[in-house]
Amino acid sequence: MNLQQLTITEAHNKIKNKEITATELTQSALDEIEKSNPKINSFITVTKDLALNQAKAIDEKIQTGEEVGILAGIPVALKDNILVKDLKCTAGSKILENYTSPYDATVVERLKQAGAIIVGKTNLDEFAMGSSGENSAYGPTKNPLDHTRVPGGSSSGSTAAVAANQCIFALGSDTGGSIREPASFCGVVGLKPTYGRVSRYGLIALASSLDQIGPLTKTVEDARIIFEAIKGKDKFDSTTADDSQAAPTEKADNLRGIKIGIPREYLNEETKGLESEVKDSVSQAIEKLKSLGAEILQINLPHTEYVLPVYYLIMAAEASANLARFDGIKYGLSEGNSLLDVYLKSRDRGLGAEPKRRIMLGAYALSSGYYDAYYLKAKKVQALIKNDFDQAFKSVDALVTPVAPTTAFKLGEKSEDPLTMYLSDIFTLPVNLAGLPAISIPSCPVKEGVLPVGLQIISNQFREDLLFKIAGIYENLKL
Amino acid sequence: MSITKEQIEHIAQLARLGISDEEKEKYAAELSRILDYFKKLEQVDTKDVLPIKQVVGINNVTREDESSAFENREKIVSNAPATEGKFIKVKSIL
Repeated sequence: MNLQQLTITEAHNKIKNKEITATELTQSALDEIEKSNPKINSFITVTKDLALNQAKAIDEKIQTGEEVGILAGIPVALKDNILVKDLKCTAGSKILENYTSPYDATVVERLKQAGAIIVGKTNLDEFAMGSSGENSAYGPTKNPLDHTRVPGGSSSGSTAAVAANQCIFALGSDTGGSIREPASFCGVVGLKPTYGRVSRYGLIALASSLDQIGPLTKTVEDARIIFEAIKGKDKFDSTTADDSQAAPTEKADNLRGIKIGIPREYLNEETKGLESEVKDSVSQAIEKLKSLGAEILQINLPHTEYVLPVYYLIMAAEASANLARFDGIKYGLSEGNSLLDVYLKSRDRGLGAEPKRRIMLGAYALSSGYYDAYYLKAKKVQALIKNDFDQAFKSVDALVTPVAPTTAFKLGEKSEDPLTMYLSDIFTLPVNLAGLPAISIPSCPVKEGVLPVGLQIISNQFREDLLFKIAGIYENLKL
Repeated sequence: MSITKEQIEHIAQLARLGISDEEKEKYAAELSRILDYFKKLEQVDTKDVLPIKQVVGINNVTREDESSAFENREKIVSNAPATEGKFIKVKSIL
């Protein structure tokens, strides 16, 4: 059996009972990566020495009878926009091909303290800009379930690694759906926490008001375990919130008393591009939730049609500011003779088409004469979009929606027209705009030859407990 | 609405992107299409709406103005394309 198929709890128990060692568990991950990475290209860097050293340290602790936590010895893959000290960090871009991080991201520090084993840095759309995994300067990642299809993005490698059992869990980042959408396409669990619940210190920023790091796992319980390990206020990230008062996850075996809202605008006849497989799968899921005792209500999110422009204007504006630092001066690719030449050449040679596109869109939206019409307008409509959700949560506990309008599409299918690619995020984007937590879970157990469909559950800010409760009970159905 | 090649040149200059002539035409067409789609925002009445400041309500996080040295200074400087001693070397700005 591929040991990477174990859940965190199962693996932890085997390690505690000395059935397997951390080194054995780690070696199995490294072996699997060596075998399948050439086919799916999920890893940019494999950290064999680091991993085996970390595993050895855990095994020594266990030998001497020291207590180890639940994550001790558990192999994790990290999206290559999360900094690990002394490791290369590329953000999927040529411009950082030679960059070595001098420090650990806070989430990495916490995982290291918990004893998790870092097996490598995973592939991603360049600077987290993309929804397919095709925008990487290190080649596209393939969907492990069908190598002719995309795994989704931008956390393409992290998601593929978990789905391909190259590791037990991974970390990704989500700005507009970059954890949830690949989770949907690959049939795994992906959580985007409430904005501010997980530190962004050491995450290469895309859009600072929207980015969040989150877990990609095989089960809902695993996602909860990781979330507990990485969340919490961080003095190095002033945008983290004090979430110590947040409700813990309640144990239950049914959903009686839970009210679930279905946004009218998401599943109706006019919803552009909604594949029938997705619509049917989500409709069946809603019936299952009803059978578990949940009350299903229709709610309205009237500003849904404005989500895409609002998201792209805000995200591009912030991205243009965040990517200004990649200028050939302090780090990264550097070419050119005069100062201006260094800026122009380094950025032209080092940045891919999608980053260039978004940087220019953002610069335009913020520029003199256009700021009011674009950026400021988008910030105002964002307030209306958030208000839609505030109103909805007055009558329901959670919302259930599709994650993406389609299942995993073929490589190259959507890469001709940027707008077509952007439209695949319509269900995930508003969640980031409103700062809400959301989880993507497989709508049914992954079957051979059937492309997975993700179910998205959204709750109010700081109510991850409801996500874990609803998703956990649904997952137990296994139908 | 059409973004012209000249407008792209201006934006590319602002963003310090040394893109080629062909790229300028390509991006002009793409950005035009994207911004056309975004025009629908004009339909929304935002007369008395305040722009969102911070989505979870965090405000004015402060700390004592105390500094501490980063212990890995050499590693930071070693990433720079050009150095001189312990300094990062840049092209002349004057």
